[in-house]
Amino acid sequence: MSIANYDTDRGLALLATMERIRAFEEQARKAAIKDELVLGAIHLCIGQEGVAAGIMRSLSQADYITSTHRGHGHTIAKGADPAAMMMELLGREGGCCGGKGGSMHIADFDVGMLGANGVVTANITIAAGAAHGVKLLGGDQIVVCFFGDGAANRGPFLEGVNWAGVFDLPILFVCEDNVYSASTLTSDMTSGPGVADRARALGLQTSVVDGNDPDAVADIAEEITARIRQSGKPEFLHVKTYRVSGHTYFDPASYRPKGEADHMAATNCPITRLRETLLGAGIGAANLDALHDAAQSEMIDALATATAAPWPADNTVFADVQDIGSPAQGAF
Amino acid sequence: MVMMTYADAAKLAIQQAMRADPTVWCVGEDLGRGGVFKQYTGLVEEFGPKRISDAPISEAAIMGASFGAAMVGTRPIVEMRFADFALCATDELVNQIAKARFMFGGQSRAPMVIRKPMGMWRSSAAQHSQSLESWYAHIPGLVVVCPSTPQDNYAMMKAAIACDDPVVYLEHKNLWEMQGEVDTNAPGAFGRAHLRRAGTDVTIVSWSDMANVAVEAAEGLAAQGISAEVLDLVSIWPWDKAAVMASLAKTGRLVVAHEAVQVGGFGAEVVATVAQTAPQLLKAPIQRIGAPRSLIAYAPNLENQLRVTATMIADAAHKTLRTETV
Repeated sequence: MSIANYDTDRGLALLATMERIRAFEEQARKAAIKDELVLGAIHLCIGQEGVAAGIMRSLSQADYITSTHRGHGHTIAKGADPAAMMMELLGREGGCCGGKGGSMHIADFDVGMLGANGVVTANITIAAGAAHGVKLLGGDQIVVCFFGDGAANRGPFLEGVNWAGVFDLPILFVCEDNVYSASTLTSDMTSGPGVADRARALGLQTSVVDGNDPDAVADIAEEITARIRQSGKPEFLHVKTYRVSGHTYFDPASYRPKGEADHMAATNCPITRLRETLLGAGIGAANLDALHDAAQSEMIDALATATAAPWPADNTVFADVQDIGSPAQGAF
Repeated sequence: MVMMTYADAAKLAIQQAMRADPTVWCVGEDLGRGGVFKQYTGLVEEFGPKRISDAPISEAAIMGASFGAAMVGTRPIVEMRFADFALCATDELVNQIAKARFMFGGQSRAPMVIRKPMGMWRSSAAQHSQSLESWYAHIPGLVVVCPSTPQDNYAMMKAAIACDDPVVYLEHKNLWEMQGEVDTNAPGAFGRAHLRRAGTDVTIVSWSDMANVAVEAAEGLAAQGISAEVLDLVSIWPWDKAAVMASLAKTGRLVVAHEAVQVGGFGAEVVATVAQTAPQLLKAPIQRIGAPRSLIAYAPNLENQLRVTATMIADAAHKTLRTETV
């Protein structure tokens, strides 16, 4: 896209979403490491914000997504309330899951976010099923399933993608390839030419995009989602990005070549790249800084709100287990 | 009252539910040809292939995709073919379906019936014969049903489809052809034991096909002048503690029998609950019978070594009558 016809409104919206995700992750990391308020493991998506922002640009709130253990960015981009998310990370009343799920089970069904997942690959069959349900009910939503590069090595990847192809389901599978499966190079543990070829072998139209180029992600997402809405058929998108953070917030990632993450952060940050594009398109730095500052301020407030929130009532541990034979009715 | 088979009773409940609610659908391998046990015969003709859906041999996807479809507003009946094969979808059932409502703070429901044909049946050997019901009773979030008669297979299937919880629905393969009267107006209730035979001397608690074996044992005991009461739990989560206690208050003697391996079987839960909460009701030590902790074999004589029989149940009842607690 030349600068002359660059869509600055979209660029600014993408940047705003990415700044909000980055600011949330930075506050979450602070809350985990400095404040010791985050209770369990969190998996940050710093450096991968372009994927969530770019894809979600083409979805409405009625569309569905499923996410992974690294799901904060997807959840924010889909429209969830960051304060409710932060309360969930801190295990507080008012958290989007009532403090019962934490980071790895974050969900907001009101905005079509059907849940992060603590089990790698598990969301692939679930997302295919959500699309199956939409089709059975005659709905017009589409589903986007986000998963990591490591997920392609578990069986349900094949089962879920095959399922979507067999039943012609309106779903986009997005492999958010951040190079590492926890502490292992995914390429060391993956036979053959990789995830896109596996999807192609199952009959899905497959595309590849640079995930750190938010405009490119948004462009291809617009094309693909328009096709899915029209055809009802599944597609596959391999998004190449890089995990600047460790696997968890406390992982120093010393298994990576020295300087690799710093180099990537310095030279291939999706936020910096988009800022440069917008500056080149004539948007003033002050406007871009204002987006940054607004995001910082929003997420500082979210953490403050979460910090002030009470613990959930003890008896909620027995709520929402099941209707029949429920522990809330003393059925232990 | 209508006479029908155990298989047809469940099918009738499904057919009625699908007529009443367009969001109910069935999915599993071979359903378009009636299913491996023909328990879906005729349904595809009435409801079409979208609602009586074939599936690839992908247990994880059958379970996981049904769950996804349940979360967006459908009510799937999930056919796992054999309870043994459902183990390929353990993550989907145990980590996803059972936990979703809780983990997501009540935002979702998984109104699913997960049919898992269980139990020993004609030399099916170690991977097509297991009774694993106690595993599911151990998982918070799941309801576990083990019907033993056509009446219960009708009424409990109807209740399971109407239930907003995931229901693990274990039909015994030995019972598909069992004939019985079905009252389609009789409601099915979870956690309500059925009194299969009234008695005053000893209480025999069982479920699934073993409840039928227990009735046979009770008939034999009656010929010997012993009055055995047979309680069929019907569902093991929730299970009818009150009915067991009420019966024990009358008989003071308890036999628990199941087809599953005795070690860690659900009988242990029944026995422990009685021993812990109502020892004063017992006039004699409890007798618990399950299969030896071995693997189900192919040769009939080997398979028979692992079967709990009416004779074994009757012998256990005799033991409770011969012994007294201190």
